[in-house]
Amino acid sequence: MNIVVLLKGVPVVGTERLTNELLTDRSVALEANGNDEYTLEKALKLTEAHGGDVTLLTVGPANAADALRKALAMGAARAVHVVDDALNGSDMVATVNVLAAALKKLEFDLVFAGADTSDGQGGVVGAALAVKLGLPYLSYASEVEPTDGGVRIRRISLTGYDVLEAPTPALVMGTQLLGEPRYPSLRGIMQARSKPIEQWSLADLGIDASTVGTGAATTKALDADKPPERAGATFIRETPEVAAAQVVDFLASRRLI
Amino acid sequence: MAAIWAVGEVADGAPTRLTLELATLARQLAEAGGGEARTLLIGTGAATAAEEAARYGPPVLAVEADTSASPAPQVVAPRLAALVEQHSPDFLLIGASNDGKDICGMLHGLTGLPVLYNGAGVGWADGGPRVEMSTFGGKLVTQSAFASDRGLILVRPASVSAEKAPAAGSVESVEVSVESELPAVRVVDRVAEVAASAPIEEARIIVGGGRGVGTPDGFRLIEELAAALGGAVGATRAVVDAGWIGYGQQIGQTGKIVKPALYVACGISGAIQHKVGVQTAGTIVAINRDAEAPIAEFADLVVVGDLFEIVPRLTAAIRARKSGGG
Repeated sequence: MNIVVLLKGVPVVGTERLTNELLTDRSVALEANGNDEYTLEKALKLTEAHGGDVTLLTVGPANAADALRKALAMGAARAVHVVDDALNGSDMVATVNVLAAALKKLEFDLVFAGADTSDGQGGVVGAALAVKLGLPYLSYASEVEPTDGGVRIRRISLTGYDVLEAPTPALVMGTQLLGEPRYPSLRGIMQARSKPIEQWSLADLGIDASTVGTGAATTKALDADKPPERAGATFIRETPEVAAAQVVDFLASRRLI
Repeated sequence: MAAIWAVGEVADGAPTRLTLELATLARQLAEAGGGEARTLLIGTGAATAAEEAARYGPPVLAVEADTSASPAPQVVAPRLAALVEQHSPDFLLIGASNDGKDICGMLHGLTGLPVLYNGAGVGWADGGPRVEMSTFGGKLVTQSAFASDRGLILVRPASVSAEKAPAAGSVESVEVSVESELPAVRVVDRVAEVAASAPIEEARIIVGGGRGVGTPDGFRLIEELAAALGGAVGATRAVVDAGWIGYGQQIGQTGKIVKPALYVACGISGAIQHKVGVQTAGTIVAINRDAEAPIAEFADLVVVGDLFEIVPRLTAAIRARKSGGG
């Protein structure tokens, strides 16, 4: 079972900032997106149990290679890094097109996507990609297992979960419930140094540079502001009985009870 | 004149609350922009749900479609795409629920329409929607627009409050033929989990528990306070990882982003990964042993002390007040 894991290099959570053009500044240190590490962990477990290997795929600036290197140390066999100056400022539409073109060049049984990214919080790339590639789409997975010629997942529902099945190749969007990502071992880190990170340009994918990047963006950020400041907290340091009574008064004053 | 659609969701033959919020928003945007609003309902029970949705103003287009054998987005997206092809609406408001996000992504794949996601509010300016996004987990508020004059907007729950219209909209049931369905995904089983808690996405009040709650038994205190307040139970990732409550209740970066009127954080330090999920709550009350914990930086009221002492007394005081009719 060969699995391609989509892995985005994102700014460390809490350090994100915008460029002057109001785009996410990705020139800062990038790490693997948290939700993508859960799917990577599951992909590694599945290939360890059933054979095959894991290929990482990312679209991003040169420094996204740091996130790939760590993921290789966790156990992925190889990585594909689509990197091209023309991609700077690409929006979701362009990113989906680039990912789709790259996936067409790769062989896989499953593609794994994370539930969303910490910098964009869109959560739509997996579904869009599956449709563009004509793949069955199984989302919000808390469990993934192979079947004969297909895949079975548990999809989180409001009341529990649904069990879904589809033939492979398929695209699975996974959640945190797939499992805590492993730490790279020292051996893994050593091995990762010699694992290949293949760099693909837009030309390699046959994509016209004018269809990506800032110039081709289908949406535009107009303004960014800090949210209104909270007034600052009031502190209660009283006995539990007095504190409870004061909280009730506070809630009542705000018409919350 | 812009046509604005609210794409609703049907659950057990009724529109979800998010659907009613979107219908309200579509009506408000149409009023602001001199356009026409419509609510779309697709799925099992759409025709039944349409009556309630219509009370929020826009006329409802209901499409009965069997969503029992496939995940709902799989059925909804191609039908919606066919209707978009037929009617050419300018803007579609889609709720940022799990199903809504899937529908939005699929619809983009089917129609190529651009997407503004993560909407925390939508206004009308310069002839089009202006989408307010809570960016980087609320660190910034950004305003965005489409570069072209059509698009899909993902709107988070509680971005607008659902308000009934003075006059209900009409209801029209239509049939949609779909040229090609999406690649098949079968639902082979639907499993209800024993202690599924009230969903946090739409809750007006949420009581959250963190590592400071200590044990699964300690977490019962959180549930009792939530019950007394008539709210839902939320949790940090540590608590979910410990298995004290389901992932559906997790607030934060890899969980859900919520916007309740009141959030009571018990034994929660307020790490950035949790903060991003809840910092836009109307009022935040923290109960924490450590007055220096990060949560004090974004709470309105911080009760410094032992939650095991304070929470049961708070629960009792709220019950007493409510039963006293106060």
